[in-house]
Amino acid sequence: MTVTEQESTSAAPGEALVVLDNVNKWFGDLHVLQDIDVTINRGEVVVVIGPSGSGKSTLCRAINRLETIDKGSISLDGTPLPEEGKELAKLRAEVGMVFQSFNLFAHKTILENVTLGPMKVRKKDKAAAEKRAKELLDRVGIGHQAAKYPAQLSGGQQQRVAIARALAMDPKVMLFDEPTSALDPEMIKEVLDVMVDLAEQGMTMVVVTHEMGFARTAAHRVLFMADGAIVEENTPEEFFTNPQSDRAKDFLGKILKH
Amino acid sequence: MEAVTENLDLYWSGFLRSLSLIGWSLLGSLALGTVIAGFRVSPIASLRAFGTGWVTIFRNCPLTIVLFFMAFGLPEIGINTSFYVFGITGLVLYTSAFVCEAIRSGINSVDTGQAEAARAIGLTFTQTMSQVVLPQAFRSAVPPLGSVQIAMFKNSAVVGAFGIGGDLYSVGRNLTSAQGLAFIPVLTGVAIGYLIITLSAGALLAVIERKVAIAR
Repeated sequence: MTVTEQESTSAAPGEALVVLDNVNKWFGDLHVLQDIDVTINRGEVVVVIGPSGSGKSTLCRAINRLETIDKGSISLDGTPLPEEGKELAKLRAEVGMVFQSFNLFAHKTILENVTLGPMKVRKKDKAAAEKRAKELLDRVGIGHQAAKYPAQLSGGQQQRVAIARALAMDPKVMLFDEPTSALDPEMIKEVLDVMVDLAEQGMTMVVVTHEMGFARTAAHRVLFMADGAIVEENTPEEFFTNPQSDRAKDFLGKILKH
Repeated sequence: MEAVTENLDLYWSGFLRSLSLIGWSLLGSLALGTVIAGFRVSPIASLRAFGTGWVTIFRNCPLTIVLFFMAFGLPEIGINTSFYVFGITGLVLYTSAFVCEAIRSGINSVDTGQAEAARAIGLTFTQTMSQVVLPQAFRSAVPPLGSVQIAMFKNSAVVGAFGIGGDLYSVGRNLTSAQGLAFIPVLTGVAIGYLIITLSAGALLAVIERKVAIAR
């Protein structure tokens, strides 16, 4: 493995929150995650970039076990991920997830989308859950649309609701799986603004994205993945101006040209 | 048509008896079929196997065989109750397999991202199903569920043939064999009774379909 080890690349404070130790996964013959060792500290914002098919989404989804792994271990706040069942559900409640395709509950209103988890998982009463949901919706700028259904909102608005839905669980870490890839260009900014805001407030975040601007403004560390392995790991500034590996140079050459 | 008009009270009581048979079987098969559908998509392998086995048995056995087992098999192992209860039980078991598959087709039509999002906020499997997946699955399962249930309404006549007594089918049989009335008018009356039930079910179904389409 050619991970570029760099001491003190992370400017983020805090102890280890998410630890991936020698994680491996195969889809049939395809080795989609190869010997992944990553530690994400509390309050740190880590951006994962790389060409499609490099395993970055799989890595992100493995952290809350939406993808199982075949070898190695993943732990959250010192607890290894449970196999299945109630324990796993409990752990997932601690991990917020934002999907590329938003995945808002289509049959529930915006407000119900945000209150469902707090009421069913945290057993909050309806009034408390709605009060908190409205605060969060206001924070992401959707407060006045709480009674609508997801299909009545634009993509950017839906994604902001999805962020509010995840935040309503007071997660320890937020995972973003290409949160802006399905959005029209003019809507990308409104979602990124919310994410930058979150990062500034000290949320621990793992962000799979192609948004180099976001990586530069908000990330403490960039992981560059290719063919299932972490090829390079550096600060955003160093990574974008002075990539070490040929794979990273090639990739950056392609995406930064336009 | 004197055979019908002179026996209207008999027809009416048969109609009500059939209606109650159908009503209980409807509720029972919907509930049981939904549970079995949940088994079939469960993360637990043994539940999935149970669900698959259930559907294989009850979807592929003729209804009459299922009813024979109820009416004559169960008493052999010491389970005795009225033919009416046996009839409903048989109809529920048989129909549940078809309900299960109709609901499963609805479940498959729900985007996997919906279940993933539900799991990601910490809902358990049961909560994911009841809160997020099934409410959306029922919407697209309404047309096939309707067909399954209308088929069950008609199958209730088979239960009548087993002699639960008093239902629409039995009324027809009594009038023709015991009282010796002509078949064509008597059976036409029976058919009209079933048509009233199935056609109103079809109309109700159209209303339900429109309702859930708007809510989407």
